[in-house]
Amino acid sequence: MRKSPAVRQKIGFGALALATLLVIIPVIAIVVLIISRGFGALSWEFLFSMPRDGMRAGGIFPAIVGTLYLVFISLLFALPIGVMAAIYLSEYARDNALTRTINLAIINLAGVSSVVFGLFGLSLFVVFLKFGVSIISGALTLGIMTLPVIITTTREALRAVPQSYREVSFSLGASRWQTVRHAVLPRALSGILTGAILSIGRVAGETAPILFTVAAFYLPNLPQGLSDQAMALPYHLYVITTQIPGIPESYRYGTALVLIGFVLVMNVIATVIRSKAGKKK
Amino acid sequence: MTAPAAAEKVKMSVRDLAVSYGRTPALKSLNLDIATGEILSIIGPSNSGKTSFLRSLNRMNELNPQARTSGTVRLDGRDIVREMPAEDLRKRVGMIFAMPVPLPLSIRDNVTYGPRMAGIREAATLDALVEESLRAAYLWDEVKDRLDLPGPKLSGGQQQRLCIARSLALKPDVILYDEPCSGLDPISTAKVEESMLELRKSHTLVLVTNNTKQAARVGTRTAFFLMGEMVEIGPTDRIFTGPEDKRTEDYIVGRFG
Repeated sequence: MRKSPAVRQKIGFGALALATLLVIIPVIAIVVLIISRGFGALSWEFLFSMPRDGMRAGGIFPAIVGTLYLVFISLLFALPIGVMAAIYLSEYARDNALTRTINLAIINLAGVSSVVFGLFGLSLFVVFLKFGVSIISGALTLGIMTLPVIITTTREALRAVPQSYREVSFSLGASRWQTVRHAVLPRALSGILTGAILSIGRVAGETAPILFTVAAFYLPNLPQGLSDQAMALPYHLYVITTQIPGIPESYRYGTALVLIGFVLVMNVIATVIRSKAGKKK
Repeated sequence: MTAPAAAEKVKMSVRDLAVSYGRTPALKSLNLDIATGEILSIIGPSNSGKTSFLRSLNRMNELNPQARTSGTVRLDGRDIVREMPAEDLRKRVGMIFAMPVPLPLSIRDNVTYGPRMAGIREAATLDALVEESLRAAYLWDEVKDRLDLPGPKLSGGQQQRLCIARSLALKPDVILYDEPCSGLDPISTAKVEESMLELRKSHTLVLVTNNTKQAARVGTRTAFFLMGEMVEIGPTDRIFTGPEDKRTEDYIVGRFG
């Protein structure tokens, strides 16, 4: 029996709405779980003091500081290089076998599992370049891991700028760089910042790349410089969850909540910058 | 077929110009002189090579990696490929596109885009250019009180005149129009044509158009292109009243096209 178009339309919409619901439910469940179990742990002491009693008491301040260091230093390194590489690939490079291979490599790089990046960082930065297990090794490893994300999103943002803007700019006697700088980049800025936002989340949350390159189980002091080891939120979460018996449950969920909140705050800041940049034109 | 513009001063000369995209030829061995101060209209059906020809005159074809161009084009005697940087050429040979593309900038910044890229910074110079160019494009009276409005907020016809003003701000010698009125209403079209007749006094104009009536209205000379070749060129009156080639006549009276 054939159903009427109206009925079939209802079934179709129902299926789509159900799929959407299935996507949202786990996200909401995770957030609710973490907030309900972790909120009780939040206090000034938890956020801004050193851990005590074999990390069973005190705070997670060094892990927050460590993650802040890693996010900023890795982006300081990856954002300019990634954006410049994307500009070159999208605006300057000719479409030939070499650039197609490079593009393929970048896409594949984005799919490499993060522990492989950790191993790479260990052999290149820690051992070969003798940076040791340090913030700089970890930040560079995270930076390399996030490069494909930045390059891909930047390139998509550049491609979304209508070709006619470039034509108009060239027809008015602008050079290629002037065209990129004045006609293309301002229009791609918000897309580029979206890439940066995605990277912040990835850099702050990854555990495997920092495992061999920077992360410390426990440090009595805050890191003094780039060549020091550091604690970091995701690794700290792993440590207190698996390695330390008898730790209050709220400490674990509190740490997870801080990690999520940290990424959220960074995203909000980046989004505000993005909308400001968007309005300026 | 060569068409020297006899007594008048030659602005641009085109010799053996051929353009192809990959293996597809778009324009086959064109010879043509463009005289100073004329409005040369180019008519013909689509795929006749009109736009390829136009885009060779300011080297915009080079932006298409598929395009291959041979032959020589000279501007005031200088080879535009071998003796001029593309940026300098495009400052002297402006282009108006079929679809008006105002950059997402204010009206003022749209008009001053070219001069600013050329290194002009003084506010007074730029302001003078804005007024002068917008007046020449017949847009000044409509926008003089809102120069900070974003260009894309203007109506279609105003946008096209903004694009004309933007080209004029570079004080070009030659202006190329690529079907400039194809998306415009009759009143906007009339204003664009009016500005063309005025600009003719100080510029050389080349107009590619699908609208044969427009060619008849503004062109001093008209050329008919077909399948990558120039079939006929001559004074507009003669082309429209007594074409020498049967194909020209067929196209003009509307038997095909």
